[in-house]
Amino acid sequence: MSQRTSAALPDPSTGHLLAPKWLTARARAATGERGNALRLSFLAVFGLLFWAFIFVMVFRLLRFFRGVQEIGPLLAGKLLGLILVGFFSILLLSNVITALSSYFLARDLDLLVSAPVDWLKLYLAKLIETLVHSSWMVVLMAVPIFTAYGVVFGGGPLFPLVVVATFLPFLVVPAVIGSAVTLLLVNIFPARRTRDILSVIAVLAAGGIVVLFRLVRPERLARPEGFRSLVDFITVLKGPTSPMLPSEWVQRAVMSWVGGRTEALPFYLLWSTAAAATVLGAALHRWLYPTGFSKAQESAERWVRSGRLGRAGRSMLAPFGVVRRELVLKEIRLFFRDTTQWSQLILLGVLVLVYVFNIKFLPLRGEGMTFFLVNVVPFLNLVLAGFVLASVAARFIFPGVSLEGRTLWLLRSSPMSMRELLWSKFWVGTLPLLVLAVAIVGVTDYLLQVTAFMMAVSVFTITFMTMAIAGLAIGFGTLFPQFETENAAQIPTSFGGLVFMMSSVVLIGLVVILEARPVYSYLAAQAYGGQADATAMVVGFGSAAVICGTTTLLPISVALRRLEA
Amino acid sequence: MIKLTNLTKRYGSFTAVNGIDLDVPQGELFGFLGPNGAGKTTTLRIIAGILKPTNGSVEIGGVDLATDPIAAKSKLGFIPDRPFIYEKLTGAEFLRFVAGLYDQEGPQIEHRARELLALFDLEEWRDELVESYSHGMRQKLIISSAFVHRPEVIVVDEPMVGLDPKAARILKDLFREYTHRGHTIMMSTHTLEVAEALCDRIAIIQAGEIRACGTMNELRANAASGAMGLEDIFLRLTGENAARALVDVLDA
Repeated sequence: MSQRTSAALPDPSTGHLLAPKWLTARARAATGERGNALRLSFLAVFGLLFWAFIFVMVFRLLRFFRGVQEIGPLLAGKLLGLILVGFFSILLLSNVITALSSYFLARDLDLLVSAPVDWLKLYLAKLIETLVHSSWMVVLMAVPIFTAYGVVFGGGPLFPLVVVATFLPFLVVPAVIGSAVTLLLVNIFPARRTRDILSVIAVLAAGGIVVLFRLVRPERLARPEGFRSLVDFITVLKGPTSPMLPSEWVQRAVMSWVGGRTEALPFYLLWSTAAAATVLGAALHRWLYPTGFSKAQESAERWVRSGRLGRAGRSMLAPFGVVRRELVLKEIRLFFRDTTQWSQLILLGVLVLVYVFNIKFLPLRGEGMTFFLVNVVPFLNLVLAGFVLASVAARFIFPGVSLEGRTLWLLRSSPMSMRELLWSKFWVGTLPLLVLAVAIVGVTDYLLQVTAFMMAVSVFTITFMTMAIAGLAIGFGTLFPQFETENAAQIPTSFGGLVFMMSSVVLIGLVVILEARPVYSYLAAQAYGGQADATAMVVGFGSAAVICGTTTLLPISVALRRLEA
Repeated sequence: MIKLTNLTKRYGSFTAVNGIDLDVPQGELFGFLGPNGAGKTTTLRIIAGILKPTNGSVEIGGVDLATDPIAAKSKLGFIPDRPFIYEKLTGAEFLRFVAGLYDQEGPQIEHRARELLALFDLEEWRDELVESYSHGMRQKLIISSAFVHRPEVIVVDEPMVGLDPKAARILKDLFREYTHRGHTIMMSTHTLEVAEALCDRIAIIQAGEIRACGTMNELRANAASGAMGLEDIFLRLTGENAARALVDVLDA
C-alpha cells in the first residue's frame, strides 16, 4: 500500500490516465456478445482484402516505375512524397478536430481535471489519445503502401523498423500542431463561439490542403511532355517537393534506405522536430490550457437563433402535417445545434474541394487523349462521387437512429409510427445529399466538358445512387445502432458503419458495371458511327434503376421491422 | 477547510456567481441551497477546479487552488451532478482508477473499495461493466469513488438524485459519520428535508449571491419566520412565488 504523505503529492502517471482507454478497448474486445467472433473475422477478412488491394495497386505501379530507366526511383520517391503530403494534411485536420474533443469536450475531463493530476501528464495522455484517434486510419493505409515499397525496392528485413522509426515522429508532429491550434482557438474565441472556432478550422484546413496540393503540383508529374526537356523533368523530380515538411523527410529517409545510401539527416530532422514540437506544445498547454478548458465548459449556448428561419421552415413544411413537420424541424435543429455533428461538414467541404480541384487539373487535353478516355473519365467520376457520397452518408445519415438513443422512449411512447421517423430521417438526409451529389457531378462534368449524353447519364445515375446509399445508411444505421456512444463522430467507424460502407461500395460497383455496356455502346456509336444498342441501353439503365430502387426501399422496410419489434 | 473569497464568475455579461465569501470549517457538513440556475453548480465546479473564477480565490485546507492546484485537489473528492463513469470499466476497475488518480493503491484500497461497494449493495456488481448499471447504481458508484481515497473535503452536487430510500439513508449516515471524523462536506441539494436534518449550516444562494447563511435557527431569525421549516424559509428568502395561481396555469 503506497499512501501519500503530506509531503509527497499524488502524481498519477500518464499510463494510469490512459488505463481506462486501454481497459475499455480490452472490455470491448472481450465482450461476449453473440456474433462477436463473426464480426471480428468479418473485419479481419475485409481488412486483409483492403490491404491486399492497396498493396497490389501500389506494387504494380512501383514495379512499373522500377522498370523505367533513370527516373523510375525518382518517380517512386515523388509518389511517396505526394502520398505523405496527403497523409500529413489529413492528419493535421483530423488532429485539430480530435483535439477539440479529447482536450475540451470529453466527458472524462471533469474527473481528470478535478483530480490532482499534473498538467504535463494530462497533456501527454490527451496527446496520445488524440494521436491514436486521429491517426489509426492513416496508419492502416500506410502499412500496405510501405510494404509495397519495401518489397519492390528490396528494403530488407530492417525496412519495417526504418518505417516505424520515421513514421512515428511523422504522426507526432501533426498531433502536437493540431492540439496547439485547437488550444489557441479555444483561448482566442469567446467560449460560446465554438462554432466560430470550427469555421476558422474549416477555412484553415481547406486553405491548407489546397496550398499543400498546389505546393506539390501533382499535375506536372503526370505530363512529362509539358516540360521543355527530359532534363527539366528530371530536375523537377530530383528537387524536393516541399523541403520543410516532415513528409519530405520521411520520403527521403525511406527512399535513401531502399536505395542503399542511408541518410541520417531525415531521421534527425523527424525526431528533433517531433521532440521540439512536443516540448513547445507542452509549454503552450501549461500556459493556456486551464483558461481554455474553463472557457470550454461555458460553451453551452444560452441563446439560439430561431426567428424567421424557423417560421419559414414551419410554413414550408406545413403541407406535410404536424408530426412530419416537427420531426423534420427537430432533425434540422439538432443537427445545427450539435457542434460534433455539423462540424463534420468541414471535413465534407475539404473532401469535395480537393476532389473538384483534382478533377480540374486532370490532364485530359493534349496528345494521346482519345474521345473514349475523355468520356470514360466522367463515368469513373461517378464511382468516386459515389464513394464521396457514401462517406458523407456514413457521417450524417447512418448515425441518425443511434443519435435518438436515450430519447427513443419519447418517440416510441408517442402516437406516431416509426415509419414517419425513418422517412423523416431519410428525407432530411437525402435532400442535402442529393444537392451535393448533383452539384459535384455537374461541376466536375462541366470542368471535363463531357457530352450531353454523359451529363444526363451522370445526373440520372447519381440521383438514383444517392437515394440507394441513403436507404442503406438508414437501414444499417438502424440494424447496428450505437445508442451509448459518447461521440457522434465515432458512430460511422463502428462495425455497422463498416458494413454500410462495404454495401455501398458493392452497390456503386454493381450500378457502374450494369451501365458500362450501354455507355460503351453509345460511345462506340459516337466514335465509329452507327447506332447505339437500344436493348443494351434499356436493360443496363433499367436494371441499375431497379437495383437502386430496391436498395432504397428494402433497407428502410427492414429497419422499420427492427424498430417496431 | 473551504474558504471562498470574493468568488465571482461571469459568462459574458451574465454573472453566475457574484462575489461570494464563504468559510466552511473542518468537520462541518455544509448545505448549499438555491433555486435552479442560482449558481450552485458553478460554485461547486469552481471549488473542484473545473471552472476558473473570473475573480476571487478558493482555498482548500489552507492551500490556494489557483497557485497550487495539485496540492489543493489532493485534499478533495468531487461528486458532480451529472457524473460520468467509463461505460466499459467494471465498478471495481473504476474505483481502482480513481484511487490511482490520488496515488493510492494496494490491499487497503481494494479492501476499502469492497467495503464501499458492499455498503451500497453493489458487491455483486463489482466485476460487471458500468454500462449494465442502472442510474441509481451509477450514482452509488460515483459516491463510493469520492470516498475511496478518503479526502479531507468532499464537494457534492445533488447527492440524492436517483438513490433508493435505503441508499439515501446510508448516504446520510455516511456523511454524518464522515464529518464526525473531522472531514468536511459541502453539498448542494434540492431536498430541503435532507439539508434541514443533516447540515450543520446552510447557505441559500440566489442570482449568484448568498442571501442567507447559518444554522437553521439563524436562518429562521434571518427570515423572521418564527418556527418555520426550511421550505418556507427558502421560499421566503428566494422570493419564489409559491402561491402562483394554479388555476390560471392549468387553464392557459
